[in-house]
Formats: sequence, C-alpha cells, structure tokens
Amino acid sequence: MYNAGKILIGLAIFFGLATFPFFYNMGKAVAKPDPKLDTPEIMKLAKQDRKCVEPKEFMRAEHMQLLNNWRDSVVRDNVRVYVNSEGKKFDMSLQNTCMRCHSNKKKFCDECHNYMAVKPYCWDCHIAPKEKES
Amino acid sequence: MSINRRQFLKIAGISTILGIGGTAVVNGLRKGDLEASQMEPNPEGLTAKRWGFVVDMSKFKSEADVKRVIASCHDIHNVPDFGNPKDEVKWIWKDDYEHVFPGQENEYATEEMKGKPFMVFCNHCAYPACVRVCPTKATFKRKDGIVMMDMHRCIGCRFCMAACPFGARSFNFRDPRGTDANGQPFIKHLDPEFPTRTKGVVEKCTGCYERLAKGKMPACVEASNGGIVFGDLEDPNSEVRKLIGKNYTIRRRPELGTQPSIYYIIGGNENA
Ligand code: SF4
Ligand code: SF4
Repeated sequence: MYNAGKILIGLAIFFGLATFPFFYNMGKAVAKPDPKLDTPEIMKLAKQDRKCVEPKEFMRAEHMQLLNNWRDSVVRDNVRVYVNSEGKKFDMSLQNTCMRCHSNKKKFCDECHNYMAVKPYCWDCHIAPKEKES
Repeated sequence: MSINRRQFLKIAGISTILGIGGTAVVNGLRKGDLEASQMEPNPEGLTAKRWGFVVDMSKFKSEADVKRVIASCHDIHNVPDFGNPKDEVKWIWKDDYEHVFPGQENEYATEEMKGKPFMVFCNHCAYPACVRVCPTKATFKRKDGIVMMDMHRCIGCRFCMAACPFGARSFNFRDPRGTDANGQPFIKHLDPEFPTRTKGVVEKCTGCYERLAKGKMPACVEASNGGIVFGDLEDPNSEVRKLIGKNYTIRRRPELGTQPSIYYIIGGNENA
C-alpha cells in the first residue's frame, strides 16, 4: 500500500470527526419534555372536569391526526361540532377551543415539538394565546 | 420455476381486484361510522342553497357609512393595512360607479351616482372563475354558494387573481404580522378568535363563514344599517329575492358569465 501512514492518519481523523457527536453526547441525558397542564384555565375546573376532548393517551399519540381531521371538516365541509367518546360536544377550533385551556403554548406545545425537532406551521396563521402559567 | 407473461398478468389482475375490493369495503365501513358518530354541523348555523347579497346604494350616504362597514370586516378578520396601494390587502372596499360597472357608464350614471361610494367585495359567483383555475382546490365553492378559501392549501400561485374579473383577491406580498417602518403592526386590531394569514397566500372575503356557522349574519351586513342585505337567492320568499323583485338591480359584469351573487340597487325607490 502506498502512503499507508498518511491514509491511516486520514482515516483516524475521519473516524474521529464522524463519531464526534456520539462521543461528545455520551452519558449526557437531554431533559425529557415535560408539558405543563397547570394553566389557570385548567386549574379553575373541578377535578373531574379536567379532561381533554379525548383521553390523555389518545391525545398524546393522535392529536395531530385529530387536528387534521378537525381542520378538514371545518374548512371544507363546514361541519364543526365534535362529539367525543363520552358524547360531549366541542367546537372544533384550535385557537378557540384547544388553546382556551392550554393557554401556555410554550410549556405545552413547544415543549415536545422542540424536543422532537418538529415545526408544525399552525402558528404561522393561528394566533397563540397570551402565555399563562400558574 | 418461472411464470410466463400470461400467468403474471392473471395473478396481477386478480390481486388488484381483490385489493381494491378489500380496501373499499374496509374504508367504507370505517369512514361511515367515524363521520356518523363523531362530527356534526352546528345546529345554530345558517343554511341556504345559494347565499347572495343585495347592496342598497341609497343607504350609503357618507364616507362614515363606508368606513364603518369596511372596519367591521377588516377588524374581525385580521386584514393587514400595509399603507400603500401596491401591497394592499382588502376584503371589502369602495370604488366609483364607472369602475364597478364598466360598460354601463351612460345608462344610469347621474351626477349623484358618479360620486357614490360603491361597496365591492367577492361576488361569490355561481360559476367562479377563481375556483376553476386553482390548482390545489385551495379556493372552492361550498354547497351553500360561498366561495371559500382554505389557507392551508394555498401555494400562492396567484392564478385565481388573474382569473377573477372583479379584483376581489389580494396577495400577501409581505408578512401581515410584521410592522411598518415606525414599528406599528400592519394588523391594527388583532382579533384573537380569528387567524391571520402568512406571506405568500391569497385572501379575500369568505362570506363570514365563521359567523354563519354560529348563526350570525356577515359582519358587513350587521354594520351597514340595511345597506347590505344577505339571504338565500334560491328562496323566493327571502328578503334578498323580495328586494330584487321590487327594485331595479344590476350586477357587476354579468356578460362574463360568472353569475355574481351581489345585486346592486342603484336608483333608490323612485327610480325603480
Ligand atoms: S368575485 Fe372573483 S374571487 Fe369572488 S367568486 Fe367571483 S371570480 Fe371568484
Ligand atoms: S393563489 Fe392559492 S387560491 Fe389562488 S389559485 Fe393559487 S393556490 Fe389557488
């Protein structure tokens, strides 16, 4: 092999650079997202009423699907009342229903979205509520 | 073992048929019960076969009447004011007779008519040119005749602006949430219940669909003190039809065939 020394050194540098991020972050845990549910609006509700439109587990996994369905239904079909699994009715509106309780976009939406590095474009048009925490 | 072409096509054909049948049945069921059990229209919502407007020019006497009507719309829909005609975004505005009704200048253009501020906004045409050209169906016609915008879909190609013969559409050349040189926001009254738009989309009057859904009349109608009347053009007993039946009305450029749904009473009652 010609220039074996140079090649090996080159490889070593390449390997070092390519794996740097892994070694650099090794052993460091990034804080897990912790969305907050303690806005004044939610705390005001009686304990048994502190429920989202659907159960927590469903919302956690499916809120993006639910919101997409709401959007299409409201904008395109003018059908805007949501009947949840308990038969309760809600006005399908991100700005006027979801965010009325979750008046803490930064500590609620952004908390996980930033962690996952997703950037939903909802807020390019929809107006986020005034940030409230309790 | 190899299969020949004939066998391959047979297998492919059969699996396609099975496949289509299979998903159609499953989707049909799923879709059906989702829609039936989970979403319903607002019971208070106003409905019609074809919404339309009648603008009674005798009710627009002063500049204040016009301003009030424009503000009633622009304030609740977060319409930005960029302060220059080139970037202007408007849902409802005023213009004079010869620009609103080109080609009909001589017929009724009395001195009084010439000076009048005509309220103009999207005609919610029965055969809207804008809808035909939109490549993404961002602008579409609802069953009740409202020509609606789905801002989530608009790609800003501006075909609709080229197609609309009435200039009813505006493009956001700038970020409507921005501020001018003096730090003043372009949206003077931010209504927290309605979204804004972004740079790069087209917007126009949407017939106050969000108010209709709650059983309310469009904002301009409420603010106009009877100057703008709203109702079902297909219903012979509606107020709009009665007004059209009693008065001489004209529409903007009917010769183009888009069938505008705004009727203008231009003569006041004596001229009817
Ligand atoms: S007035 Fe223009 S924007 Fe409105 S429906 Fe007719 S063609 Fe479309
Ligand atoms: S600008 Fe938007 S609404 Fe107009 S034709 Fe293009 S996609 Fe459709």
